Amino acid sequence: MIWSKRYILFPLKLTDSLLQGILRVGAVISALAMLLISLFLIVESWPILGQISPVRFFTDASWHPLEGAYHLMPMLAGTLYASAGALLLAIPLGIASALFIVYYASPRLAKWYKRLVELLAGIPSVVFGFWGLTTLVPLINQLHPPGASLLAAILILTLMILPTITLTAYSALMAVPVEFLLNATALGLSRWGMIHGVAFPAARTGIIAGIILAMARAIGETMAVLMVAGNVVQYPDGLFDPIRTLASNIVLEMGYAMGDHRAMLFVSGLLLMLMLMMLSGMAGWLGRNRCA
Amino acid sequence: MNSNKPVTAQVISGEKSGFTLGPLQMGPVCCNPQPVIEVENLSLRYGDKTALDKVTLDIYRGCITALIGPSGCGKTSFLSAINRLTDLIPNCVIGGRIRVDGLDIHTAESNVQALRQKVGMVFQKPTPFPLSIRRNLSLPLREHGVTRRSEIDAISEQVLRDVGLWDEVCDRLDTVALSLSGGQQQRLCIARALALNPQILLMDEPCSALDPIASGVVEDLISHLRGRYTIVIVTHNLAQARRIANYAAFFWVKERAGHLVEFGRCQHIFESPTHQLTAAYISGARG
Repeated sequence: MIWSKRYILFPLKLTDSLLQGILRVGAVISALAMLLISLFLIVESWPILGQISPVRFFTDASWHPLEGAYHLMPMLAGTLYASAGALLLAIPLGIASALFIVYYASPRLAKWYKRLVELLAGIPSVVFGFWGLTTLVPLINQLHPPGASLLAAILILTLMILPTITLTAYSALMAVPVEFLLNATALGLSRWGMIHGVAFPAARTGIIAGIILAMARAIGETMAVLMVAGNVVQYPDGLFDPIRTLASNIVLEMGYAMGDHRAMLFVSGLLLMLMLMMLSGMAGWLGRNRCA
Repeated sequence: MNSNKPVTAQVISGEKSGFTLGPLQMGPVCCNPQPVIEVENLSLRYGDKTALDKVTLDIYRGCITALIGPSGCGKTSFLSAINRLTDLIPNCVIGGRIRVDGLDIHTAESNVQALRQKVGMVFQKPTPFPLSIRRNLSLPLREHGVTRRSEIDAISEQVLRDVGLWDEVCDRLDTVALSLSGGQQQRLCIARALALNPQILLMDEPCSALDPIASGVVEDLISHLRGRYTIVIVTHNLAQARRIANYAAFFWVKERAGHLVEFGRCQHIFESPTHQLTAAYISGARG
Protein backbone atom coordinates (compact mmCIF):
# COMPACT_ATOMS: atom_id res chain seq x y z
CA MET A 1 0.00 0.00 0.00
CA ILE A 2 1.25 3.44 -0.80
CA TRP A 3 0.44 4.79 2.66
CA SER A 4 2.84 2.40 4.30
CA LYS A 5 5.68 4.23 2.59
CA ARG A 6 7.48 6.69 4.80
CA TYR A 7 8.55 8.96 2.02
CA ILE A 8 5.98 10.48 -0.22
CA LEU A 9 7.45 12.70 -2.85
CA PHE A 10 5.99 16.17 -2.95
CA PRO A 11 7.31 18.95 -5.15
CA LEU A 12 9.52 21.05 -2.87
CA LYS A 13 8.36 24.58 -2.15
CA LEU A 14 10.33 27.21 -0.27
CA THR A 15 8.57 26.66 3.08
CA ASP A 16 8.98 22.97 2.57
CA SER A 17 12.68 23.18 2.02
CA LEU A 18 13.03 25.57 4.97
CA LEU A 19 11.18 23.14 7.23
CA GLN A 20 13.17 20.28 5.84
CA GLY A 21 16.36 22.14 6.71
CA ILE A 22 15.25 22.78 10.29
CA LEU A 23 14.16 19.19 10.77
CA ARG A 24 17.43 17.96 9.35
CA VAL A 25 19.43 20.08 11.76
CA GLY A 26 17.35 18.73 14.65
CA ALA A 27 17.86 15.17 13.52
CA VAL A 28 21.60 15.67 13.09
CA ILE A 29 21.91 17.20 16.57
CA SER A 30 20.14 14.29 18.25
CA ALA A 31 22.13 11.74 16.31
CA LEU A 32 25.37 13.58 17.09
CA ALA A 33 24.56 13.73 20.79
CA MET A 34 24.07 9.99 20.88
CA LEU A 35 27.25 9.33 18.89
CA LEU A 36 29.37 11.78 20.87
CA ILE A 37 28.27 10.42 24.23
CA SER A 38 29.06 6.88 23.15
CA LEU A 39 32.39 8.03 21.78
CA PHE A 40 33.14 9.90 25.00
CA LEU A 41 32.36 6.83 27.09
CA ILE A 42 34.59 4.68 24.92
CA VAL A 43 37.46 7.18 24.93
CA GLU A 44 37.30 7.60 28.68
CA SER A 45 37.19 3.89 29.34
CA TRP A 46 39.89 3.14 26.80
CA PRO A 47 42.81 3.24 29.30
CA ILE A 48 41.45 0.09 30.86
CA LEU A 49 39.66 -1.51 27.91
CA GLY A 50 42.87 -1.39 25.89
CA GLN A 51 44.88 -2.84 28.76
CA ILE A 52 42.96 -5.78 30.17
CA SER A 53 40.59 -8.23 28.67
CA PRO A 54 36.89 -7.51 29.36
CA VAL A 55 36.58 -11.10 30.54
CA ARG A 56 38.24 -10.00 33.75
CA PHE A 57 35.23 -7.85 34.64
CA PHE A 58 33.39 -11.07 35.15
CA THR A 59 36.15 -13.32 36.48
CA ASP A 60 38.15 -11.18 38.91
CA ALA A 61 37.91 -12.11 42.56
CA SER A 62 36.40 -8.87 43.83
CA TRP A 63 35.79 -5.17 43.25
CA HIS A 64 38.93 -3.55 44.61
CA PRO A 65 39.76 -1.16 41.82
CA LEU A 66 42.73 0.36 43.60
CA GLU A 67 44.37 -3.05 43.78
CA GLY A 68 43.52 -3.93 40.22
CA ALA A 69 40.53 -6.22 40.92
CA TYR A 70 37.67 -5.26 38.68
CA HIS A 71 34.81 -7.61 39.38
CA LEU A 72 31.62 -5.94 38.11
CA MET A 73 29.26 -8.86 38.40
CA PRO A 74 27.84 -8.20 41.91
CA MET A 75 26.88 -4.68 40.90
CA LEU A 76 25.50 -5.83 37.58
CA ALA A 77 23.46 -8.42 39.46
CA GLY A 78 22.31 -5.76 41.93
CA THR A 79 21.14 -3.55 39.06
CA LEU A 80 19.34 -6.41 37.36
CA TYR A 81 17.70 -7.75 40.54
CA ALA A 82 16.44 -4.33 41.57
CA SER A 83 15.10 -3.46 38.11
CA ALA A 84 13.57 -6.86 37.49
CA GLY A 85 11.90 -6.84 40.91
CA ALA A 86 10.52 -3.37 40.33
CA LEU A 87 9.22 -4.30 36.87
CA LEU A 88 7.67 -7.46 38.27
CA LEU A 89 5.66 -5.37 40.71
CA ALA A 90 5.04 -2.30 38.59
CA ILE A 91 3.90 -3.95 35.33
CA PRO A 92 0.82 -5.68 36.78
CA LEU A 93 0.07 -2.76 39.09
CA GLY A 94 0.48 -0.16 36.35
CA ILE A 95 -1.59 -2.05 33.80
CA ALA A 96 -4.26 -2.73 36.39
CA SER A 97 -4.38 0.98 37.27
CA ALA A 98 -4.70 1.91 33.62
CA LEU A 99 -7.51 -0.61 33.12
CA PHE A 100 -9.21 0.77 36.19
CA ILE A 101 -9.04 4.34 34.89
CA VAL A 102 -10.20 3.49 31.38
CA TYR A 103 -12.83 0.82 31.93
CA TYR A 104 -13.94 0.54 35.52
CA ALA A 105 -13.76 3.83 37.43
CA SER A 106 -16.54 6.39 37.29
CA PRO A 107 -15.50 9.40 35.18
CA ARG A 108 -14.96 11.60 38.24
CA LEU A 109 -12.92 9.02 40.14
CA ALA A 110 -10.93 8.25 36.99
CA LYS A 111 -10.07 11.91 36.58
CA TRP A 112 -8.81 12.29 40.13
CA TYR A 113 -6.99 9.00 40.16
CA LYS A 114 -5.23 9.84 36.93
CA ARG A 115 -4.19 13.23 38.32
CA LEU A 116 -2.77 11.50 41.34
CA VAL A 117 -0.72 9.17 39.16
CA GLU A 118 0.52 12.14 37.16
CA LEU A 119 1.60 13.80 40.39
CA LEU A 120 3.47 10.66 41.35
CA ALA A 121 5.35 10.95 38.07
CA GLY A 122 6.33 14.48 39.00
CA ILE A 123 8.07 13.66 42.28
CA PRO A 124 11.84 14.13 41.91
CA SER A 125 13.87 11.00 42.46
CA VAL A 126 15.83 12.51 45.35
CA VAL A 127 12.56 13.05 47.21
CA PHE A 128 11.68 9.42 46.66
CA GLY A 129 15.08 8.51 48.04
CA PHE A 130 14.62 10.80 51.01
CA TRP A 131 11.25 9.31 51.82
CA GLY A 132 12.66 5.83 51.40
CA LEU A 133 15.56 6.59 53.70
CA THR A 134 13.46 8.04 56.50
CA THR A 135 10.33 5.88 56.25
CA LEU A 136 10.77 2.76 54.21
CA VAL A 137 14.21 1.71 55.41
CA PRO A 138 13.31 1.89 59.15
CA LEU A 139 10.15 -0.08 58.43
CA ILE A 140 12.08 -2.82 56.66
CA ASN A 141 14.64 -2.69 59.44
CA GLN A 142 11.93 -3.68 61.92
CA LEU A 143 11.08 -6.62 59.70
CA HIS A 144 14.65 -7.69 59.14
CA PRO A 145 17.78 -5.58 59.72
CA PRO A 146 19.60 -3.75 58.25
CA GLY A 147 16.72 -2.19 56.33
CA ALA A 148 18.75 -0.63 53.56
CA SER A 149 18.35 -3.49 51.13
CA LEU A 150 17.42 -4.91 47.76
CA LEU A 151 13.79 -4.87 48.91
CA ALA A 152 13.91 -1.14 49.67
CA ALA A 153 15.45 -0.48 46.26
CA ILE A 154 12.77 -2.58 44.55
CA LEU A 155 9.93 -0.82 46.35
CA ILE A 156 11.25 2.67 45.65
CA LEU A 157 11.87 1.83 41.99
CA THR A 158 8.38 0.36 41.72
CA LEU A 159 6.87 3.62 42.91
CA MET A 160 9.03 5.55 40.48
CA ILE A 161 8.21 3.56 37.35
CA LEU A 162 4.58 2.88 38.20
CA PRO A 163 3.30 6.19 36.75
CA THR A 164 5.26 5.68 33.53
CA ILE A 165 3.66 2.30 32.95
CA THR A 166 0.20 3.46 34.05
CA LEU A 167 0.15 6.59 31.92
CA THR A 168 1.50 5.00 28.74
CA ALA A 169 -0.87 2.05 29.12
CA TYR A 170 -3.67 4.56 29.69
CA SER A 171 -2.88 6.42 26.47
CA ALA A 172 -2.55 3.17 24.55
CA LEU A 173 -5.90 1.92 25.80
CA MET A 174 -7.59 5.25 25.10
CA ALA A 175 -6.29 5.08 21.54
CA VAL A 176 -8.09 1.79 20.88
CA PRO A 177 -10.71 2.70 18.26
CA VAL A 178 -14.19 2.90 19.73
CA GLU A 179 -15.47 0.69 16.88
CA PHE A 180 -13.57 -2.26 18.34
CA LEU A 181 -15.31 -1.78 21.65
CA LEU A 182 -18.71 -1.33 20.00
CA ASN A 183 -18.25 -4.49 17.96
CA ALA A 184 -17.08 -6.43 20.98
CA THR A 185 -20.08 -5.27 22.99
CA ALA A 186 -22.46 -6.05 20.15
CA LEU A 187 -21.07 -9.59 20.11
CA GLY A 188 -22.15 -9.95 23.73
CA LEU A 189 -18.63 -9.95 25.12
CA SER A 190 -18.35 -9.21 28.82
CA ARG A 191 -16.28 -6.22 29.90
CA TRP A 192 -13.35 -8.45 30.77
CA GLY A 193 -13.77 -10.41 27.55
CA MET A 194 -13.60 -7.18 25.60
CA ILE A 195 -10.56 -5.99 27.55
CA HIS A 196 -8.42 -9.08 27.26
CA GLY A 197 -9.68 -10.19 23.87
CA VAL A 198 -9.78 -6.92 21.95
CA ALA A 199 -8.54 -3.82 23.79
CA PHE A 200 -5.38 -5.43 25.07
CA PRO A 201 -4.10 -6.84 21.78
CA ALA A 202 -4.93 -3.53 20.10
CA ALA A 203 -3.02 -1.54 22.73
CA ARG A 204 -0.15 -3.98 23.08
CA THR A 205 2.48 -2.02 21.18
CA GLY A 206 1.86 1.10 23.23
CA ILE A 207 1.89 -0.75 26.53
CA ILE A 208 5.19 -2.41 25.66
CA ALA A 209 6.70 0.94 24.72
CA GLY A 210 5.77 2.17 28.20
CA ILE A 211 7.38 -0.86 29.80
CA ILE A 212 10.61 -0.21 27.88
CA LEU A 213 10.66 3.39 29.12
CA ALA A 214 10.03 2.22 32.66
CA MET A 215 12.77 -0.37 32.39
CA ALA A 216 15.24 2.23 31.19
CA ARG A 217 14.36 4.42 34.13
CA ALA A 218 14.68 1.56 36.62
CA ILE A 219 18.08 0.48 35.32
CA GLY A 220 19.46 3.98 35.12
CA GLU A 221 17.97 5.35 38.34
CA THR A 222 20.77 6.38 40.67
CA MET A 223 19.89 8.80 43.42
CA ALA A 224 16.88 7.15 45.04
CA VAL A 225 18.45 3.71 44.88
CA LEU A 226 21.71 5.01 46.29
CA MET A 227 19.87 6.32 49.33
CA VAL A 228 18.05 3.13 50.25
CA ALA A 229 20.03 0.17 48.91
CA GLY A 230 22.87 0.01 51.44
CA ASN A 231 25.52 0.01 48.71
CA VAL A 232 27.53 -3.02 49.81
CA VAL A 233 29.27 -4.64 46.86
CA GLN A 234 27.99 -8.21 47.12
CA TYR A 235 25.68 -10.74 45.57
CA PRO A 236 22.51 -10.44 47.68
CA ASP A 237 21.41 -13.69 49.32
CA GLY A 238 17.90 -12.46 49.78
CA LEU A 239 15.61 -9.48 49.59
CA PHE A 240 16.89 -8.06 52.86
CA ASP A 241 20.56 -7.92 51.85
CA PRO A 242 22.07 -4.59 50.81
CA ILE A 243 23.11 -4.20 47.19
CA ARG A 244 25.06 -1.73 45.11
CA THR A 245 23.96 -0.95 41.58
CA LEU A 246 26.28 0.01 38.74
CA ALA A 247 24.80 3.51 38.59
CA SER A 248 25.20 4.08 42.33
CA ASN A 249 28.76 2.85 42.10
CA ILE A 250 29.66 5.51 39.59
CA VAL A 251 28.28 8.28 41.81
CA LEU A 252 29.84 6.87 44.97
CA GLU A 253 33.34 6.54 43.61
CA MET A 254 33.59 9.21 40.92
CA GLY A 255 34.62 11.80 43.50
CA TYR A 256 37.95 10.22 44.28
CA ALA A 257 38.62 7.84 41.41
CA MET A 258 41.72 8.32 39.32
CA GLY A 259 43.54 6.56 36.51
CA ASP A 260 42.41 3.01 35.86
CA HIS A 261 39.79 3.23 38.57
CA ARG A 262 38.23 6.23 36.86
CA ALA A 263 38.33 4.49 33.51
CA MET A 264 36.68 1.50 35.13
CA LEU A 265 33.75 3.66 36.20
CA PHE A 266 33.32 4.73 32.59
CA VAL A 267 33.33 1.08 31.64
CA SER A 268 30.43 0.59 34.07
CA GLY A 269 28.63 3.42 32.34
CA LEU A 270 29.28 1.85 28.97
CA LEU A 271 28.03 -1.47 30.29
CA LEU A 272 24.82 0.15 31.54
CA MET A 273 24.25 1.70 28.16
CA LEU A 274 24.86 -1.55 26.31
CA MET A 275 22.54 -3.38 28.68
CA LEU A 276 19.75 -0.88 28.09
CA MET A 277 20.21 -1.07 24.34
CA MET A 278 20.06 -4.84 24.42
CA LEU A 279 17.03 -4.99 26.66
CA SER A 280 15.03 -2.43 24.74
CA GLY A 281 15.97 -4.14 21.51
CA MET A 282 14.70 -7.38 22.95
CA ALA A 283 11.51 -5.83 24.25
CA GLY A 284 10.95 -4.13 20.92
CA TRP A 285 11.34 -7.46 19.19
CA LEU A 286 8.91 -9.13 21.57
CA GLY A 287 6.41 -6.35 21.06
CA ARG A 288 6.82 -5.98 17.32
CA ASN A 289 3.58 -5.11 15.72
CA ARG A 290 2.24 -8.34 14.29
CA CYS A 291 -0.56 -6.43 12.58
CA ALA A 292 1.80 -4.74 10.18
CA MET B 1 -31.92 -8.68 -7.52
CA ASN B 2 -35.47 -9.77 -7.93
CA SER B 3 -37.35 -6.96 -6.33
CA ASN B 4 -40.56 -7.32 -8.21
CA LYS B 5 -41.16 -11.00 -7.70
CA PRO B 6 -43.61 -11.91 -5.01
CA VAL B 7 -42.07 -12.36 -1.61
CA THR B 8 -42.56 -16.10 -1.39
CA ALA B 9 -40.69 -16.63 -4.60
CA GLN B 10 -37.72 -14.75 -3.20
CA VAL B 11 -37.62 -16.97 -0.18
CA ILE B 12 -37.64 -20.07 -2.30
CA SER B 13 -34.94 -18.77 -4.60
CA GLY B 14 -32.78 -18.14 -1.52
CA GLU B 15 -32.89 -21.85 -0.69
CA LYS B 16 -30.67 -22.98 -3.51
CA SER B 17 -27.64 -21.18 -2.18
CA GLY B 18 -25.91 -24.23 -0.74
CA PHE B 19 -26.07 -23.39 2.92
CA THR B 20 -24.43 -25.59 5.47
CA LEU B 21 -26.27 -24.16 8.45
CA GLY B 22 -29.17 -26.06 9.87
CA PRO B 23 -32.67 -24.99 8.91
CA LEU B 24 -34.11 -21.85 10.40
CA GLN B 25 -35.58 -22.22 13.85
CA MET B 26 -38.85 -22.67 12.12
CA GLY B 27 -41.63 -20.24 11.95
CA PRO B 28 -43.75 -19.13 9.09
CA VAL B 29 -41.93 -16.88 6.67
CA CYS B 30 -43.06 -13.74 5.03
CA CYS B 31 -46.20 -14.96 3.40
CA ASN B 32 -47.67 -15.37 6.84
CA PRO B 33 -45.89 -12.76 8.89
CA GLN B 34 -45.20 -13.45 12.50
CA PRO B 35 -43.62 -10.70 14.55
CA VAL B 36 -40.33 -11.53 16.23
CA ILE B 37 -39.46 -8.03 17.38
CA GLU B 38 -42.35 -5.99 18.71
CA VAL B 39 -41.63 -2.35 19.31
CA GLU B 40 -44.28 -0.37 21.15
CA ASN B 41 -44.19 3.39 21.64
CA LEU B 42 -40.40 3.45 21.63
CA SER B 43 -39.03 6.87 22.55
CA LEU B 44 -35.35 7.52 22.80
CA ARG B 45 -33.66 10.62 24.15
CA TYR B 46 -30.01 11.61 24.41
CA GLY B 47 -30.08 14.17 27.21
CA ASP B 48 -32.49 16.82 25.95
CA LYS B 49 -32.39 15.71 22.37
CA THR B 50 -35.18 13.40 21.28
CA ALA B 51 -33.92 10.96 18.70
CA LEU B 52 -37.04 8.86 18.35
CA ASP B 53 -40.60 9.66 19.25
CA LYS B 54 -43.22 6.98 19.88
CA VAL B 55 -42.27 4.43 17.28
CA THR B 56 -44.47 1.36 17.05
CA LEU B 57 -43.35 -1.30 14.64
CA ASP B 58 -43.29 -5.09 14.26
CA ILE B 59 -40.39 -6.86 12.60
CA TYR B 60 -41.37 -10.15 11.00
CA ARG B 61 -39.53 -13.41 11.36
CA GLY B 62 -37.29 -14.47 8.52
CA CYS B 63 -37.81 -11.28 6.54
CA ILE B 64 -35.54 -8.44 5.59
CA THR B 65 -36.83 -5.14 6.88
CA ALA B 66 -35.17 -2.01 5.54
CA LEU B 67 -35.12 1.21 7.53
CA ILE B 68 -34.93 4.17 5.21
CA GLY B 69 -34.99 7.91 5.67
CA PRO B 70 -32.66 10.90 5.78
CA SER B 71 -29.67 11.18 8.13
CA GLY B 72 -30.47 11.99 11.73
CA CYS B 73 -33.95 10.54 11.69
CA GLY B 74 -33.16 7.93 14.31
CA LYS B 75 -32.67 4.81 12.20
CA THR B 76 -29.41 3.85 13.83
CA SER B 77 -30.76 4.71 17.27
CA PHE B 78 -33.69 2.42 16.60
CA LEU B 79 -31.34 -0.35 15.56
CA SER B 80 -29.07 -0.05 18.58
CA ALA B 81 -32.03 0.04 20.95
CA ILE B 82 -32.94 -3.48 19.83
CA ASN B 83 -29.72 -5.07 21.14
CA ARG B 84 -29.38 -2.52 23.94
CA LEU B 85 -26.17 -0.99 22.59
CA THR B 86 -27.82 2.23 23.72
CA ASP B 87 -26.86 1.14 27.25
CA LEU B 88 -23.37 2.35 26.42
CA ILE B 89 -24.46 5.94 25.94
CA PRO B 90 -24.44 7.59 29.36
CA ASN B 91 -27.40 9.96 29.08
CA CYS B 92 -29.62 7.88 26.85
CA VAL B 93 -33.16 7.44 28.13
CA ILE B 94 -35.51 4.88 26.63
CA GLY B 95 -39.27 4.86 26.92
CA GLY B 96 -41.75 2.33 25.61
CA ARG B 97 -41.28 -1.36 25.18
CA ILE B 98 -39.27 -3.66 22.94
CA ARG B 99 -40.00 -7.36 22.95
CA VAL B 100 -37.77 -9.88 21.24
CA ASP B 101 -39.38 -13.29 20.90
CA GLY B 102 -42.05 -12.17 23.32
CA LEU B 103 -39.63 -11.18 26.07
CA ASP B 104 -39.27 -7.58 27.17
CA ILE B 105 -35.57 -6.75 26.78
CA HIS B 106 -35.55 -4.05 29.43
CA THR B 107 -36.83 -6.04 32.40
CA ALA B 108 -34.43 -6.68 35.22
CA GLU B 109 -34.15 -10.39 34.55
CA SER B 110 -33.32 -10.08 30.86
CA ASN B 111 -29.68 -10.94 30.27
CA VAL B 112 -28.09 -8.43 27.97
CA GLN B 113 -25.27 -10.75 26.88
CA ALA B 114 -27.76 -13.44 25.94
CA LEU B 115 -29.79 -10.81 24.09
CA ARG B 116 -26.75 -9.75 22.08
CA GLN B 117 -26.00 -13.37 21.27
CA LYS B 118 -29.51 -13.70 19.88
CA VAL B 119 -29.43 -10.32 18.13
CA GLY B 120 -26.21 -9.91 16.15
CA MET B 121 -25.09 -6.61 14.71
CA VAL B 122 -22.98 -5.53 11.73
CA PHE B 123 -21.76 -1.96 11.49
CA GLN B 124 -21.12 0.41 8.65
CA LYS B 125 -17.37 0.32 8.95
CA PRO B 126 -15.92 -3.19 8.62
CA THR B 127 -14.22 -3.72 11.96
CA PRO B 128 -12.43 -7.02 12.33
CA PHE B 129 -10.48 -7.12 15.56
CA PRO B 130 -6.70 -6.74 15.16
CA LEU B 131 -6.30 -10.49 15.62
CA SER B 132 -5.97 -13.47 13.31
CA ILE B 133 -8.98 -14.47 11.22
CA ARG B 134 -9.33 -17.60 13.32
CA ARG B 135 -9.24 -15.69 16.58
CA ASN B 136 -11.76 -13.14 15.33
CA LEU B 137 -14.26 -15.97 15.17
CA SER B 138 -13.16 -17.95 18.21
CA LEU B 139 -13.08 -15.01 20.62
CA PRO B 140 -16.84 -14.43 20.78
CA LEU B 141 -17.49 -18.18 20.67
CA ARG B 142 -15.27 -18.81 23.68
CA GLU B 143 -16.93 -15.94 25.48
CA HIS B 144 -20.28 -17.62 24.97
CA GLY B 145 -19.12 -20.93 26.34
CA VAL B 146 -17.96 -22.83 23.24
CA THR B 147 -14.51 -23.99 24.29
CA ARG B 148 -13.82 -27.23 22.41
CA ARG B 149 -11.27 -26.56 19.70
CA SER B 150 -12.90 -28.95 17.23
CA GLU B 151 -16.28 -27.34 17.72
CA ILE B 152 -14.87 -23.85 17.26
CA ASP B 153 -13.08 -24.92 14.07
CA ALA B 154 -16.23 -26.51 12.73
CA ILE B 155 -18.37 -23.46 13.41
CA SER B 156 -15.70 -21.15 11.97
CA GLU B 157 -15.54 -23.12 8.74
CA GLN B 158 -19.32 -23.25 8.52
CA VAL B 159 -19.84 -19.50 8.90
CA LEU B 160 -16.94 -18.67 6.61
CA ARG B 161 -18.53 -20.87 3.98
CA ASP B 162 -21.88 -19.21 4.60
CA VAL B 163 -20.44 -15.79 3.83
CA GLY B 164 -18.47 -17.16 0.89
CA LEU B 165 -15.12 -16.40 2.46
CA TRP B 166 -13.86 -19.91 3.11
CA ASP B 167 -12.27 -20.48 -0.28
CA GLU B 168 -10.58 -17.10 -0.10
CA VAL B 169 -9.05 -17.46 3.35
CA CYS B 170 -8.92 -21.16 4.28
CA ASP B 171 -5.15 -21.31 3.74
CA ARG B 172 -4.40 -18.24 5.82
CA LEU B 173 -6.66 -18.40 8.85
CA ASP B 174 -3.79 -17.39 11.09
CA THR B 175 -2.96 -14.16 9.31
CA VAL B 176 -4.17 -10.89 10.70
CA ALA B 177 -7.73 -10.07 9.67
CA LEU B 178 -6.77 -6.48 8.88
CA SER B 179 -4.88 -7.77 5.83
CA LEU B 180 -8.18 -8.67 4.15
CA SER B 181 -9.82 -6.31 1.67
CA GLY B 182 -12.71 -4.10 2.80
CA GLY B 183 -15.39 -6.37 1.40
CA GLN B 184 -13.74 -9.46 2.87
CA GLN B 185 -13.47 -7.71 6.22
CA GLN B 186 -17.17 -6.91 6.19
CA ARG B 187 -18.03 -10.50 5.30
CA LEU B 188 -15.79 -11.64 8.15
CA CYS B 189 -17.73 -9.35 10.47
CA ILE B 190 -20.97 -10.91 9.26
CA ALA B 191 -19.47 -14.37 9.76
CA ARG B 192 -18.42 -13.36 13.25
CA ALA B 193 -21.98 -12.33 14.05
CA LEU B 194 -23.36 -15.55 12.49
CA ALA B 195 -20.96 -17.71 14.51
CA LEU B 196 -22.99 -17.02 17.63
CA ASN B 197 -26.02 -18.50 15.89
CA PRO B 198 -28.24 -15.45 16.26
CA GLN B 199 -31.88 -15.26 15.22
CA ILE B 200 -31.77 -11.63 14.28
CA LEU B 201 -29.17 -9.59 12.43
CA LEU B 202 -29.09 -5.84 12.72
CA MET B 203 -27.16 -4.17 9.92
CA ASP B 204 -26.24 -0.52 9.98
CA GLU B 205 -25.46 0.46 6.39
CA PRO B 206 -23.29 -2.62 5.88
CA CYS B 207 -22.45 -1.78 2.28
CA SER B 208 -21.91 1.95 2.31
CA ALA B 209 -18.19 1.82 3.17
CA LEU B 210 -17.46 -0.65 0.37
CA ASP B 211 -16.68 -0.31 -3.29
CA PRO B 212 -19.50 -1.18 -5.73
CA ILE B 213 -18.30 -4.72 -6.41
CA ALA B 214 -17.72 -5.63 -2.78
CA SER B 215 -20.98 -3.93 -1.95
CA GLY B 216 -22.76 -6.12 -4.49
CA VAL B 217 -21.21 -9.26 -3.01
CA VAL B 218 -22.32 -8.31 0.49
CA GLU B 219 -25.78 -7.38 -0.76
CA ASP B 220 -26.18 -10.77 -2.42
CA LEU B 221 -25.03 -12.38 0.79
CA ILE B 222 -27.65 -10.49 2.78
CA SER B 223 -30.45 -11.54 0.50
CA HIS B 224 -29.20 -15.14 0.70
CA LEU B 225 -29.53 -14.94 4.47
CA ARG B 226 -33.23 -14.19 4.12
CA GLY B 227 -35.46 -16.78 5.71
CA ARG B 228 -32.63 -18.08 7.81
CA TYR B 229 -32.32 -14.94 9.90
CA THR B 230 -34.53 -12.01 10.60
CA ILE B 231 -32.67 -9.04 9.20
CA VAL B 232 -33.15 -5.36 9.96
CA ILE B 233 -31.02 -3.22 7.69
CA VAL B 234 -30.47 0.53 7.68
CA THR B 235 -29.62 1.76 4.24
CA HIS B 236 -29.37 5.06 2.44
CA ASN B 237 -29.34 3.26 -0.84
CA LEU B 238 -33.00 3.19 -1.86
CA ALA B 239 -32.34 0.97 -4.83
CA GLN B 240 -30.68 -1.51 -2.53
CA ALA B 241 -33.59 -1.43 -0.09
CA ARG B 242 -35.92 -2.05 -2.99
CA ARG B 243 -33.85 -4.97 -4.25
CA ILE B 244 -33.43 -6.88 -1.03
CA ALA B 245 -36.12 -5.90 1.48
CA ASN B 246 -39.48 -7.52 2.13
CA TYR B 247 -40.64 -4.74 4.38
CA ALA B 248 -39.61 -1.13 4.59
CA ALA B 249 -39.99 1.43 7.34
CA PHE B 250 -39.68 5.08 6.43
CA PHE B 251 -38.44 7.46 9.13
CA TRP B 252 -38.57 11.22 8.95
CA VAL B 253 -37.49 14.11 11.17
CA LYS B 254 -40.41 16.11 12.56
CA GLU B 255 -39.74 18.89 15.05
CA ARG B 256 -36.17 17.66 15.38
CA ALA B 257 -37.24 14.20 16.51
CA GLY B 258 -37.31 11.00 14.50
CA HIS B 259 -40.73 9.59 13.65
CA LEU B 260 -41.87 6.50 11.86
CA VAL B 261 -43.91 7.78 8.94
CA GLU B 262 -44.86 4.62 7.17
CA PHE B 263 -44.26 0.92 7.43
CA GLY B 264 -45.35 -1.78 5.06
CA ARG B 265 -44.42 -4.23 2.35
CA CYS B 266 -41.47 -3.05 0.39
CA GLN B 267 -43.41 -3.12 -2.84
CA HIS B 268 -46.15 -1.07 -1.29
CA ILE B 269 -43.77 1.54 0.14
CA PHE B 270 -41.92 1.94 -3.13
CA GLU B 271 -44.77 1.70 -5.58
CA SER B 272 -47.85 3.03 -3.86
CA PRO B 273 -46.90 4.82 -0.64
CA THR B 274 -49.85 6.13 1.32
CA HIS B 275 -48.01 9.05 2.82
CA GLN B 276 -47.02 12.08 0.82
CA LEU B 277 -43.65 12.40 2.53
CA THR B 278 -42.78 8.84 1.62
CA ALA B 279 -43.69 9.42 -1.98
CA ALA B 280 -41.58 12.57 -2.06
CA TYR B 281 -38.58 10.83 -0.48
CA ILE B 282 -38.80 7.77 -2.70
CA SER B 283 -39.03 9.85 -5.83
CA GLY B 284 -36.12 11.98 -4.70
CA ALA B 285 -38.18 15.16 -4.30
CA ARG B 286 -37.34 15.40 -0.59
CA GLY B 287 -34.55 14.23 1.66
